[in-house]
Amino acid sequence: MKLKRLAETARPVIAFVLDGQPASALAGDTLLTAILANSDHVRRSEFDGGNRAGFCWMGACQDCWVTVEGAGRQRACTTYIAADMRIVRS
Amino acid sequence: MTDVAIVGAGPAGTRAAEVLVRAGLRPVVIDEAPDSGGRIYQRPPRGFTRTDKTLYGFEAAKARALHAAFDALRPHIEFRPETLVWNIRQNILFTSHAGDMGEVPFGHALLCTGATDRIVPLPGWTLPGVTSLGGSQIALKAQGCAIGHRVAFVGTGPLLWLVAYQYARAGATVAAVVDTTAFTTKLRAMPGLLRGGATFAKGFYYVGWLRAHGVPIIEGATPLAILGSEAVDGLRIRTSGSEQQIACDAVALGWGLKPETQLADLAGVPFAFNAAQRAFLPQQDASGATANPSIFLAGDGARIAGADVAELAGARGAWAIVAARGLAVDHGEVTRLDAALARHGAFRSALDAAFPFPARLAATMPDETILCRCESVTAGELRATARAGTTLPAAEVNRAKALSRIGMGRCQGRLCSPPAAEVLAAALACPLESVGRLRGQPPVKPIPIMPRSPGSAP
Ligand code: FES
Repeated sequence: MKLKRLAETARPVIAFVLDGQPASALAGDTLLTAILANSDHVRRSEFDGGNRAGFCWMGACQDCWVTVEGAGRQRACTTYIAADMRIVRS
Repeated sequence: MTDVAIVGAGPAGTRAAEVLVRAGLRPVVIDEAPDSGGRIYQRPPRGFTRTDKTLYGFEAAKARALHAAFDALRPHIEFRPETLVWNIRQNILFTSHAGDMGEVPFGHALLCTGATDRIVPLPGWTLPGVTSLGGSQIALKAQGCAIGHRVAFVGTGPLLWLVAYQYARAGATVAAVVDTTAFTTKLRAMPGLLRGGATFAKGFYYVGWLRAHGVPIIEGATPLAILGSEAVDGLRIRTSGSEQQIACDAVALGWGLKPETQLADLAGVPFAFNAAQRAFLPQQDASGATANPSIFLAGDGARIAGADVAELAGARGAWAIVAARGLAVDHGEVTRLDAALARHGAFRSALDAAFPFPARLAATMPDETILCRCESVTAGELRATARAGTTLPAAEVNRAKALSRIGMGRCQGRLCSPPAAEVLAAALACPLESVGRLRGQPPVKPIPIMPRSPGSAP
């Protein structure tokens, strides 16, 4: 899944790190948007090994948790990206 | 001790706070989001520039009015944004905010907890590229993104047409709108729908606009599977006997909404089966009062009826609390609210009839369909718990949960409980209501655990 940005594209660019690789997002992106603008998944299911990319975008399904270095486990759809955040996917 | 706590700052919570402030109270208002508005009138993050008209369409004036009302209330209420209420017990709300745990003791609480999408799992629905219908709308409204480059919308209900229209208007490619409700079913509900006046006219406008712009519209279809191995590359559906494949890289799924009733459950509010919404719902009277004298309910969190009703119900529930606290009630206003709520009730019944939950589609999902996406439990594994020969076969959902782990995952059955109940009832050949409902358990959502450096405050 790659998101398609349709609007609000003039926001400041924010650099972050995804699994050790440099990546970029826009100010106001949630971690979910930031990750899916750069990559095709957010996590891997610990039960079936399949790639997941969230589902509800509203903090209900819990299928988008990632690790943010120094801040612990975070829900990607309800957490906003910040400069130099280091996100680690499971 | 807080006199009154409101959980949820959407349409119901905002109008409730307004009434309570008018009555001289200073409510605590708690919401998980950073700002007021709820899901329907969710405000975009700071720095976004689209106009209200672009974001909220026909509802722009309502969104503006609601946001303005909340902003004006700010000095008179105690607003706690980005705060999760994860349990409720003996007049205490248990909260979590940025990793900090808190307790809010209250005299009365109004739960305006809103709703989530009602989903029917399809084979392939856990693939990246598949979102809930509400999720696809949040992506566009709050993040300026489409969930893919060619998006198929599958489900039923007014939101299906609205979001497909919003996507097409924003410049996304809508691969198709696949409505599981047949046109004839909607036609039968037409007389009741006409009572909805403007609401109905808007729905009609979206469908007409999509047709006029060449978006493929398929009604009365059965979605069979979402295709792809690592990502979505299509959707297979059946229409009147023949199968057809739609090329797309994203799919949004939604069959109306279901109330977030977990807190009402934990507060001990009794539930009853509602045949129209095919679900157990918390019992309340017309004012929002429940069997727990401290707990009142309003908005979609109690019963799905939409944002306009939520505004009315929020105000009505707040007046019920004002009365319970022995303060002066504006009886003229209460009479007006009761009349308006009664008018909306008739339109709501017509909507339920026009866009029914596809119980059969859920009940007959293939065995290999992942029903619980939290723990990858399949429909076949759930059916096995109902089979004779199993020690103590599951005759109701909580037993089935213990046997199959269905509904035991991190989402607490938010997504899987309606379709799981349909699957289990069909497997047992019994009416839906006799399989019961999953009991709620705290925390209603996982609480983020923040690492703390030694010596920092707990
Ligand atoms: S996408 Fe569902 S909780 Fe984040």
